[in-house]
Amino acid sequence: MAELQTQVAATAASAADLMAARTQMAVSLGWHIIVACLGVGFPLLVLVAEWRGLRTGDLAWRLLARRWGRTLGVLFAVGAVSGTILSFELGILWPGMMGTFGEVIGLPFAIEGVAFFTEAIFLGIYLYAWDRLPPRLHLLCGIPIVISGVAGAFFVVAANAWMNQPRGFDLVDGKVTNVDPWAAMFNPATPPQTVHMILAAFLVTGYGVASVYAVAMLRGRRDRYHRLGFLLPFCLAAVLTPVQLGVGDWAAHFVADNQPVKLAAMEGVFHTERSAPLHLGGIEVDGELRYAVEIPDGLSLLAHWDPDAEIKGLDVVPAADRPPVNMVHLSFQTMVAMGSALLALAAWFALAWWRRRDLPRSPWFLRAAALAGVAAVVALEAGWVTTEVGRQPWIVYGHMRTAEAVNSAPGLRFGLYVLLVVYTLMTVATVYVLRRLARRPLPVAPQEPDVIRERVT
Amino acid sequence: MTLAEVVLAVTWLGVTAYALLGGADFGAGFWDLIAGGAHGGARQRALIEHSIGPVWEANHVWLIFALVMLWTGFPTAFAAIMSTLYIPLTAVAFGVILRGAAFAFRKAVQELWLKRPFGACFAASSVITPFFLGTVAGAVATGRVPPGTARGEPIASWVNPTSLLGGVLAVGVCAYLAAVYLTNDARRTSDQDLTEWFRARAVAAGVVVGVVALGGIGILRADAPRLFDGLTGRALPLVVVSALFGAASLVLLIRRRLVAVRVTAALAVVAIIWGWAAAQYPYLLDPDLTIAQAAASRTVMQAVLVSLAVGSLLLIPSLALLFFLFQREHTQEFTGSHTDQALTDPRGKKAKTL
Repeated sequence: MAELQTQVAATAASAADLMAARTQMAVSLGWHIIVACLGVGFPLLVLVAEWRGLRTGDLAWRLLARRWGRTLGVLFAVGAVSGTILSFELGILWPGMMGTFGEVIGLPFAIEGVAFFTEAIFLGIYLYAWDRLPPRLHLLCGIPIVISGVAGAFFVVAANAWMNQPRGFDLVDGKVTNVDPWAAMFNPATPPQTVHMILAAFLVTGYGVASVYAVAMLRGRRDRYHRLGFLLPFCLAAVLTPVQLGVGDWAAHFVADNQPVKLAAMEGVFHTERSAPLHLGGIEVDGELRYAVEIPDGLSLLAHWDPDAEIKGLDVVPAADRPPVNMVHLSFQTMVAMGSALLALAAWFALAWWRRRDLPRSPWFLRAAALAGVAAVVALEAGWVTTEVGRQPWIVYGHMRTAEAVNSAPGLRFGLYVLLVVYTLMTVATVYVLRRLARRPLPVAPQEPDVIRERVT
Repeated sequence: MTLAEVVLAVTWLGVTAYALLGGADFGAGFWDLIAGGAHGGARQRALIEHSIGPVWEANHVWLIFALVMLWTGFPTAFAAIMSTLYIPLTAVAFGVILRGAAFAFRKAVQELWLKRPFGACFAASSVITPFFLGTVAGAVATGRVPPGTARGEPIASWVNPTSLLGGVLAVGVCAYLAAVYLTNDARRTSDQDLTEWFRARAVAAGVVVGVVALGGIGILRADAPRLFDGLTGRALPLVVVSALFGAASLVLLIRRRLVAVRVTAALAVVAIIWGWAAAQYPYLLDPDLTIAQAAASRTVMQAVLVSLAVGSLLLIPSLALLFFLFQREHTQEFTGSHTDQALTDPRGKKAKTL
């Protein structure tokens, strides 16, 4: 085995192939994560709409449930297959990591497999047996989808958290021993990262769906159907937004304590210092952050609740162990900015609702809400860039570099080219089909006779 | 049986389930591809869409299950296979994406001009995906994947007589299983023409697969002597069983025993998959890596098996419910005998208007 390990190191992939592999992983994960969020969050909306429709008999709720159900069917299919390629890519692109550490992080993936299986089974039942099951039983069949969706997100993100805080093994001569898969799964990064991501899934879903109805309302469709279609997802997201900011703060503290180099890159701190200022904006030029607005003591205060606290700079590690500062800093700032803007929007809504039980009167509210879905997705992607690029050059923090993990077979970049073409086509097709579903519902879907009759314009 | 062998057997159960269920979904795509023009093939396509719609996502999970089990239980073998065979496996991954997405899109749109490209994409990728999976099987079975990262030939490992045989057989078996299953599904809809259409194709596919398999004996003998020895040695009983079930299936098809043939056709496939495993035992990557050498730590294998045991308490009843629900109510739904009960309020109140 030791001989194999040296072999791996000896035949390293070219720099172009490494970059191509990283890009391929980033694109396919970045694409999947959006539909995956909808797969986690959307079932809850559909179920609530169905439940309200059952309780009240309100046609608007029932119609929303049916139409969201069809959209969910498309999203889930696309989410399932775009997630599958990630399992392939773990081996195709990163055999060095999987060959060495596959067993350490296998457990959460195996349990996630069970969760995903449950989700797929009940989604099949839920979508295809809508008219064949008694309404109450049908509603009950939806509950496992929500639970297994959230559980699946937990286990997958736990595996990712392990890459940030690898635990549960000893590394002897490049071979793992003493593996404790439970310790690996419940590594210290798991709680903050999983909670942050699951909330993100509901925020992306809530703001995303709400923004579709915000656009419709801006175009003058202010009937009950569109109002409910806006209010339910928006309220869900608005309630969770302040929670997410709190959880984000928890996650940032965690990074400050456990991955100081990542924090230094996020905040653009080059030299270890006490009373570190908080940088707003700014770019790195020649090893220092320029053009940033500085808030004195801000970073020390935020990261450690102490204005005098020491913040480690990038200079605590050699240059070869530092992530690219500009990308990480910019992504982190983008995520925080989007989160703050969404919090302001949620507060605006809460104020108006508290005073008048209605949406804010200003058309700017709906205009902002129409953009909230985009903002939530941007925050999501920026967050993933922060955590993934911020971990570089490590794929398994402190143990294995990304360059050591990549497949050394020649020609990896051609996979990236094909991927870019396929994903461009798939993006166009997905957006097109979803827009069609949203705009002009199908008159005939064999299993949904009730939607045929009711047209909402 | 060692713990590692139990884990491998569980993995292999996943591979088998994927071949029988996911394989048939791919095979359905094959028949979708050659069902004819939009008008002539409409009924075939409707039946296919109806049969695989509710179940394909659940069936698809077996693939992910097998991958996860392989990297968890046998990480070095996983790394070796994935890195050497990255070209066909990349093709499989794209095939999976295009098949699933296009199938969902076709279902979601209504206009013919949109259904056509999505349908073509669904059907074509349903053929390409099992082909490349078959080439991967051929590469592993013939010992063309050495341990280590990307140490095998990037092209020759999967472009060789056995791999091509594997690819063709995989497409053929998928098409055969699908035709057998769909024949019975068509019968439930009481559509005599459609039943005969699929039955004739099931017989044809069965004959083709049988002939290719017989011809394959010669190919294996020349190209993969170690595999050939295994298949004609330790694995011979399973190979014979597979051949017998294959022949019996043809008889049953001709005699229109459409339920029984589902079982025999599936068993023929199961026997050959396990025959391959028996032929290769105890090597995972012949001839350099045995099951014992590739196995993960005991703690990992125990934790995964316990988790799966607990998980299966949840999964088995759920799966049973899924298949029960859609097999039982097949007839009523497909013939379109809908009630409009969904429009009446569940609690009997008059529905509010918007």
